[in-house]
Amino acid sequence: MLGYIWAGMMAVSFLCAWMTGRMETLSQSVLDGADKAVQLVIAMAGVMCLWTGVMKIADKAGLTTVVSKMMAPVLSRLMPDYDRDSPAMRAVSANLTANLLGLGNAATPLGLAAMREMQKTNRLKAAPNNSMVMFVVLNTASLQIIPTTIAALRQAAGSVQPYAVLPYIWMTSVLTLAAGILLAKLMMRVGA
Amino acid sequence: MNQIGIYVVPSVIVLTVLYGIIRKTDVFAAFTEGAKEGIFSLLSIAPSLIGLVTAVSMLEASGFFEVLTAFLQPVCTAVGIPAQVLPLGLMRPVTGSGSFAMLHSILERYGADSLIGQTASVMAGSTETTFYAITVYFGSVGLKNTRCTVPAALTADMLGMLFAAWCVRMFSG
Repeated sequence: MLGYIWAGMMAVSFLCAWMTGRMETLSQSVLDGADKAVQLVIAMAGVMCLWTGVMKIADKAGLTTVVSKMMAPVLSRLMPDYDRDSPAMRAVSANLTANLLGLGNAATPLGLAAMREMQKTNRLKAAPNNSMVMFVVLNTASLQIIPTTIAALRQAAGSVQPYAVLPYIWMTSVLTLAAGILLAKLMMRVGA
Repeated sequence: MNQIGIYVVPSVIVLTVLYGIIRKTDVFAAFTEGAKEGIFSLLSIAPSLIGLVTAVSMLEASGFFEVLTAFLQPVCTAVGIPAQVLPLGLMRPVTGSGSFAMLHSILERYGADSLIGQTASVMAGSTETTFYAITVYFGSVGLKNTRCTVPAALTADMLGMLFAAWCVRMFSG
């Protein structure tokens, strides 16, 4: 998928530059782009590592367990096919907590474990049950307390207030999450 | 509203560290362990960033974004999104690194603190790489039928683009 998009981007820019007579600018941009990417990675490193470090403290100190417990009642309403104390639900809340705290490396393995546990008692077998659909929808609209990559990119671009957008990001994420849940519920009701 | 962002960062850091101390965690060792993981995850996205930042900067140099923006302007104005951020919104559900490369180019071009820059940041920060998550999660248990996941999640993403634009315009414009 990404291969096609990447190839498409380059083909379109070649075509576009040829038609607008900007081949020289294009040729320069190839070299600049690669160079810019490396500078970007270096510029992002400080902020990124600061946050992964802070969030690791939260994880080690047991904050993740506290947050998981707080989410459990809400999650069991959204995913009624599994018991609150089942291994499936424990993996689900651990995954969503890791997403919330921005522990990206931990989130994916926990999410895969949650899917595996849920599939074990899935009566539909060849299709996901409602709870599994809901879990993946929650993952596609993931909430994050500190959107680290965005903050790092803004800092790298010389923002005066790299974190000023945080409240807007939270509001938008919550609204998007609510929309995802409602849409999934509606579509399930009509039998999709 | 901007004040909240200013308080959040120091509060989260100080409270987390104090919580760690109260729970008798070796906070500095935990911090350095996490920071090291940060380096590794940044290094692991570096190759795709190099490829995609190059592709985005080629698109930019070719004048493609200007053509596309002019073309999308009427639709975007009608729903209240800056046309310059729409390509980012379309890329967001498909590729994480691609949308970060795109966000980077928008922030450089229009300024991170401009209305366009803020809208783009909110758009990129409030949704996930939807297609990637769906493929990996359902693929891992061998499910090809995903029922309503794709339509529900994608519609939510599109609504998210609108929410992002409206939110920034309402509080920051």
